[in-house]
Amino acid sequence: MTAPAPGSAFFGMLQRDLRIAFRSPVEVLNPLLFFVIVVTLFRLGTGPGEHGVAALAPGVLWVAALLSTLLGLDALFRADFEDGSLEQILLSPAPLPLLVAAKVLAHWLIAGLPLLVLAPLLAGALGLGGESLPVLLLSLALGGPVLSLVGAIGVALTVGLRRGGTIVALLVLPLYVPVLVFGAQAVSAAGAGLPAAGALYMLSALLVLALVLSPLATAAALRISLG
Amino acid sequence: MLKYFRGLAAPMRFYHWCARLAPWLGACTALLLALGWWGGLVLAPADYQQGDGFRIIYVHVPSAWMSLFVYVIMAGAGGVALIWRIKIAEVLMAASAPIGAWFTFLALATGSIWGKPMWGTYWVWDARLTSELILLFLYLGVIALLAANEDRRRASRAAAVLALVGVVNIPIIHYSVQWWSTLHQGPSVGTFGAPSIHPSMLVPLLVTALAFKLYYLTVLLLRARCEIVLRERNSAWVRDLISR
Repeated sequence: MTAPAPGSAFFGMLQRDLRIAFRSPVEVLNPLLFFVIVVTLFRLGTGPGEHGVAALAPGVLWVAALLSTLLGLDALFRADFEDGSLEQILLSPAPLPLLVAAKVLAHWLIAGLPLLVLAPLLAGALGLGGESLPVLLLSLALGGPVLSLVGAIGVALTVGLRRGGTIVALLVLPLYVPVLVFGAQAVSAAGAGLPAAGALYMLSALLVLALVLSPLATAAALRISLG
Repeated sequence: MLKYFRGLAAPMRFYHWCARLAPWLGACTALLLALGWWGGLVLAPADYQQGDGFRIIYVHVPSAWMSLFVYVIMAGAGGVALIWRIKIAEVLMAASAPIGAWFTFLALATGSIWGKPMWGTYWVWDARLTSELILLFLYLGVIALLAANEDRRRASRAAAVLALVGVVNIPIIHYSVQWWSTLHQGPSVGTFGAPSIHPSMLVPLLVTALAFKLYYLTVLLLRARCEIVLRERNSAWVRDLISR
């Protein structure tokens, strides 16, 4: 069997995952609804007054984005594992890290990109000023893929386990700390009229690091889990 | 020489070798610990500002050093296990995780006991405290992953990947958390320049630190023995050992 060209393998996998996702739109909407509900619950939990809510808003939005990414990540490999197509992917002559990168990109397009549309609405509802909106969107665009990439490692490590779901959170959430810190920091700084470039540069650096290392680690983890 | 070490990597040989080495290491640990604590708790003068309260550093600082040291060892052993598939490296990785988690917990607990009289609070969201807490979470993740898989070899290979990912992340987490203004005092024992701590306090600290390292080695070997027996329970030599 000859290996397909890397590009066609990548886009083939991307196309397949996107098509599967759009055939069951409810599952695509679940993490997004979760994002909205978490933010709403948080607002209800802080009482009816407006005092101090805007100061918490960057953190709330980022934690909600992080949790909804985590919720959606479970679907990244599980369905493929259950119907056996994950083993076929592992047997494919195309490089596994490339295929993994395509799957993660598909996940981000489905679960991460829509957050960019929802975030301004929720930010407005939380009383976040308009001047921090561009920074919020930029930080989500840079940090969101990192969340998907790092989360993929955790999901790959637990894909064969029966009680995988709860463990993924335990494995992955501590690794999300830098993204959360820099993401929320950027938005807070922009809200206070300070330059946010430093935190955004750090997020970009994290994105580059995760892009390079995460597919390799995820591929190794998949080979161990299905070994 | 190389052949000797390669022979040692066989679980059975390693098991017996641990049994011979552990008592000696244990004795050295006890001796050094007694020496270091005698120097620190009796000989060293009281701090001019903190009084006798500073003496908790003879537990706190070595634990904090060990919490990072053990993680690096664990990740190193994990890397060896993944690359060369050496069984003993898997065992050492799996055995290190709980010890490291306890060192981290000890550093956090003694730190917060010290913090109450000195800072007036048990806990602050300071950079070093927070990154130590996250280190504890990373350890707990490794332990949870080890426990989740019944196939112990597969579990430890998966945990090795996680430990390696964690090792890349620890410096990033540490520096990201430092973005907050920090309350914890800077390190008194640095690599460069003269330490800002008097030798009468420093020497016992270093002795205790060495004792903690030896303690780790001792417990590591003992835990490794248990782990080997559990993993090799279906092999002839373990059955032999049990029926004897």
